[in-house]
Amino acid sequence: MTITIFVPRDAAALALGADRVATAIAREIETRGIDARIVRNGSRGMHWLEPLVEVRTERGRIAYGPVKPSDVPSLFEAGFLQGADHPLCRGRTKEIPFLARQTRLTFARCGVTDPLSLEDYRHYQGMKGLEKAVTMQPADIIQQVTDSGLRGRGGAGFPTGIKWKTVLEAPGAQKYIVCNADEGDSGTFADRMIMEGDPFVLIEGMAIAGLATGATKGFIYTRSEYPHAIETMIAAVEIARKAGILGPSVLGSGKAFDMEVRVGAGAYVCGEETALLNSLEGKRGIVRAKPPLPALQGFLGRPTVVNNVISLASVPVIMDRGAEFYRDFGMGRSRGTIPIQIAGNTRHGGLFETAFGLTLGEIVDDIGGGTASGRPVRAVQVGGPLGAYFPRALFDTPFDYESFAAKDGLIGHAGITVFDDTVDMLKQARFAMEFCAVESCGKCTPCRIGSTRGVETADKIAQGIEPQKNRELLADLCNTMKFGSLCALGGFTPYPVLSAMTHFPEDFSPAPIAEAAE
Amino acid sequence: MNVHVLGSDVETRTLAIVGDLKGLEGPLLPILHEIQAEFGYVPQESLPVIARELNLSRAEVHGVVTFYHDYRDHPTGRHVLKLCRAEACQAMGGDDLAERVKSLLGIDFHQTTLDGAVTLEPVYCLGLCSCAPAAMLDGEVHGRVDADLAKELVTEARR
Repeated sequence: MTITIFVPRDAAALALGADRVATAIAREIETRGIDARIVRNGSRGMHWLEPLVEVRTERGRIAYGPVKPSDVPSLFEAGFLQGADHPLCRGRTKEIPFLARQTRLTFARCGVTDPLSLEDYRHYQGMKGLEKAVTMQPADIIQQVTDSGLRGRGGAGFPTGIKWKTVLEAPGAQKYIVCNADEGDSGTFADRMIMEGDPFVLIEGMAIAGLATGATKGFIYTRSEYPHAIETMIAAVEIARKAGILGPSVLGSGKAFDMEVRVGAGAYVCGEETALLNSLEGKRGIVRAKPPLPALQGFLGRPTVVNNVISLASVPVIMDRGAEFYRDFGMGRSRGTIPIQIAGNTRHGGLFETAFGLTLGEIVDDIGGGTASGRPVRAVQVGGPLGAYFPRALFDTPFDYESFAAKDGLIGHAGITVFDDTVDMLKQARFAMEFCAVESCGKCTPCRIGSTRGVETADKIAQGIEPQKNRELLADLCNTMKFGSLCALGGFTPYPVLSAMTHFPEDFSPAPIAEAAE
Repeated sequence: MNVHVLGSDVETRTLAIVGDLKGLEGPLLPILHEIQAEFGYVPQESLPVIARELNLSRAEVHGVVTFYHDYRDHPTGRHVLKLCRAEACQAMGGDDLAERVKSLLGIDFHQTTLDGAVTLEPVYCLGLCSCAPAAMLDGEVHGRVDADLAKELVTEARR
């Protein structure tokens, strides 16, 4: 029987040498004349073990990692094709604690299947949601999504079902589904992993959204920084079209839905939905004032659903298993699961999908295993460059939308960037302002000018120039930006700045520079 | 991709690209991406052609080209090395890495080495935040870039 070996094709695995490992394995297979094939799967999300090679055996899939090309001959010698022991052996993949502790709904197939095999996709329960949706009335689909409690996973947390209902009820001959795959936040890679590891789940989710709202055309707007995701997504759309999942008659239902993959051009602000729509139309990525809502006047002025990748990719499992199944996970008003991305200076970096409600401390210390450098964790930034910095004192905060808001933070796209005690929080606050200045679209004054003044003020504090006055000025500036900016870029840049000032005041009182002695 | 092309050639090839893509809804970004893939940058001579074909003003096209970080108005070196400068990479020594690479190449960000071999660019997040610091050399990604790997990448790019 042909033995199946899995070597991930996820960009994180590639960045750690997965292609060279796959080549080395292929060479060994050939020289040894073994009946085996290599499947290039997505990533399981345990990036500290990448490249994580798996072999399918009678005992299930056995994992080996992190594998270097030079380890490959010894793996064959040890008999890894039969799941034999080896210093790199991690045992059965699904029993690795990092995976065993997760609740994988959205990422159920990611890392398990060949991302471009529809056969694999169907074998692992894929397409069941869409098969149900084609038999349902639009309003019933929307009711189910609403009942599931699914909220926008891009960061804003707006109820997905309500957005869809607005589009369904909006008048218009042509409506659109736009998938926001412009995952620009540092510390996040969930969208990238889905697009590279299970692209059909996103296509299925978008098709369901199309059926639910009457939209017949979809766009995935992703980033030029994600060449592998673009390639996989384009290939998957083509396969889905050939299989009749996309096109004039979705799964033979007589209802049309098709989509295109579009690529941004390196502008962070295009992750904001109205800037994204302008960019998609071929304009400068300038933020639009709301109202009108994109749901009513979106792409080309027509009713448009703009949803994040993870929101859309969570819809198939909701349709398949039911609203209650999904809603039963989570806490408070945060229902279902959230793919938490642990990044930066962490021992166990990767993706951890779980129900809402773990505390920040459990995520950073238990799951992430503390810092990679071995030094104490000093600060974690939650929610990307616009997210607040949390000190250890707030590690009891449960991971859900409301609890983080109550602590003047946000969960954003659920990325957590860990810093050890060598971090300079004044420098991080300055960077937040600098990033905003570079990426501001320029439409509103608080963001365009405020960010530049913010950098200057932070520099004055660092130089010891009237520190008290300048700290007050910086806080005041943040207040203006927070309430006066048009979108989240200017509006949320104060989160990292103010949280750094509040929780790490010692970094904002640098010792005055001693006058050089003559 | 240090390509030198004649003005008339730019017009002909631009016209062909625009012809292929102008049927898309919102065709300007796909057209500009294709033009940059063709020439290595977006030549000034292509702008009036695009404007005319899409029924836009030349100022509008110029405005779009200059808004986005990706579009360049001049060719790059033969290789492009991008270093991630965002928070997750900062947490893993990304700033030191950037300084090291700059001194190895003898250039700053947005510059090209005198021999035309390498252009160094910052990038704000490659999505490799769990294996930081990250870099991309001509579309090939690299994670956990330490001093040795940085040296290797620079040597490779210098070739």
